Amino acid sequence: MTSAVDARPDHRSGVLGSYDGRGFMGPGLAALYLGLIVLIPITALIWQSVSGGLDSFLTAVTRPQAFAAITLTFLMSLGVVLINAVMGTLIAWVLVRDDFPGKRLVNSLIDLPFALPTIVTGLTLLTLYGPRSPFGINVAYAPAAIILALLFVTLPFVVRSVQPVLLELDRDMEEAAASLGAGPGTVVRRIILPNLVPAILTGGALAFARCIGEFGSVVLISGNIPFRTEVASVYIMGQVEADQPGEAAAVSLVLLVTSLVLLVTFDLVRRRVSHHEEPA
Amino acid sequence: MTAATTSAAATGARPVESTARRRRAARLGVRSIVLLYLLLLLVLPVAMVFVRAFEGGIEPFLKAMARPSFQSAFWLTIQIACITIPVTTVMGVITALAIVRRRFPGRWLLNALVDLPFALSPVVIGLSLFLVYGVNSPLGGWLQSMGITVIFAMPGMVLATIFVCLPFVIREVIPVLREIGTDQEEAAYTLGASPWRTFWRVTLPAIRWGIMYGVILTTARALGEYGAVAIVSGKLSGKTETLTTHVEERYLAFDLVGAYTASIVLGLLALVVLLGMQLLQSGRLRRRGPRTSDTPGSAGSRLGTTSPAPDGAATPGGT
Repeated sequence: MTSAVDARPDHRSGVLGSYDGRGFMGPGLAALYLGLIVLIPITALIWQSVSGGLDSFLTAVTRPQAFAAITLTFLMSLGVVLINAVMGTLIAWVLVRDDFPGKRLVNSLIDLPFALPTIVTGLTLLTLYGPRSPFGINVAYAPAAIILALLFVTLPFVVRSVQPVLLELDRDMEEAAASLGAGPGTVVRRIILPNLVPAILTGGALAFARCIGEFGSVVLISGNIPFRTEVASVYIMGQVEADQPGEAAAVSLVLLVTSLVLLVTFDLVRRRVSHHEEPA
Repeated sequence: MTAATTSAAATGARPVESTARRRRAARLGVRSIVLLYLLLLLVLPVAMVFVRAFEGGIEPFLKAMARPSFQSAFWLTIQIACITIPVTTVMGVITALAIVRRRFPGRWLLNALVDLPFALSPVVIGLSLFLVYGVNSPLGGWLQSMGITVIFAMPGMVLATIFVCLPFVIREVIPVLREIGTDQEEAAYTLGASPWRTFWRVTLPAIRWGIMYGVILTTARALGEYGAVAIVSGKLSGKTETLTTHVEERYLAFDLVGAYTASIVLGLLALVVLLGMQLLQSGRLRRRGPRTSDTPGSAGSRLGTTSPAPDGAATPGGT
């Protein structure tokens, strides 16, 4: 074996990965790619929002209209995540534990919000729940419209996060609890839910990150009324169009930092979970 | 444990029966709630778009599609996707290989940057590109003096689309690369294969499902991206308007049929993507199903064959 290893051709400078972990052309290209596309623009954004000093950043963020947009965004996102946590778990439960004709179709339907362009989502919801609603339900230009749009686009997160955990969940535990006299409610509360909590939190965090930045699905249906239905992303767009990139960048930084905190937390949780699974 | 089971069995059939009935009622209740929720949130709104679009027959729909602004938006969208998909695929595979197979300083940073586009608002992405390449920035001004307009033009829109689509291929390929390990590549090298030959014959066949899944997700996003493109394109009708910004423009111009037409074209593209996802998922499941035993030496035999076996490549190496 040793002689064979010695005889292998030198391939360390290739673009493609070599198993010995050396060579810098691949990493160099990857760094160039991510640097040009992601790192430089994000750095420019951060620079734009802090270059005027902390004062100008705070002024931009606490401007009444900006502050109202940020507050609204966070409140709506929180509400949507709570609804998602409940409905997403129920949907996942039905998809895993229940059986009925058409279940596979329902399962593929869950991915629809990921496939459908956001602006189409907005128009779609506006058609059913807008001024020409056949049901007579018109939420257009009201805060409820934002909730509706956010619920649509974030539907898959909790479902797709809880579903695999529920599939793997050991039925023995539930059967044991039931045989010891626990009612279905107790089994759900004491056995199933505690096992699902990490997955619900993960899905919820991803959904929240998506919510605070969501733009396309909200922009048509919310009416973008300042102080009432204008969310942060729409405010940013408005400031760019009004040629105020500084104001836009400051609010963007708030969204950016929130996303980063969520991302890091999520990564830590994920790492801890996978650490648990791997036998050392 | 056994004592508990027998005692539960001994308590008689009656309570068990009522529990079963209650459980069935709960099951039906939850199922109804879930299906009603999905019906009201997903199915009915999408169905309603089709109803409204074809209310006046197919004629207005076709007329809206023949409109020059629709045509130019459609082809621009296709063009952007045709540039974005190869770039994010090729660079994505290179990046995934670098992150998984190489050890170099700053690897964690690359890994973190890959996830960033998922976590960022499309509007924030658009703004950040606007700040770098806009005419008021040093770089944008210099490019402008060289005759290259990025913002409010095609290059900016392509950059924005690549930015938002960047994670898909990478995030699909990384776990597969980790799973297959390096045993087979190592064997190929040992047998004297060049890195390129090893890549084409060993690595690529193993990661191709991941790449395909990533490409499908990229396609969906590239065709449907709105926020980031809206900022950097300036939404100039007939020039930098994509299908998504065309939907908005038509809606704001009170041309609902035009907006629905573009939406339906985008929706049908989304449907194709969704079907592709389903097919690939079942393909992946089938591939994972019965694990064919893969001898450690199979990489060597694979180098000689013209069509490498798809299964086995994903099974972790035996040594």
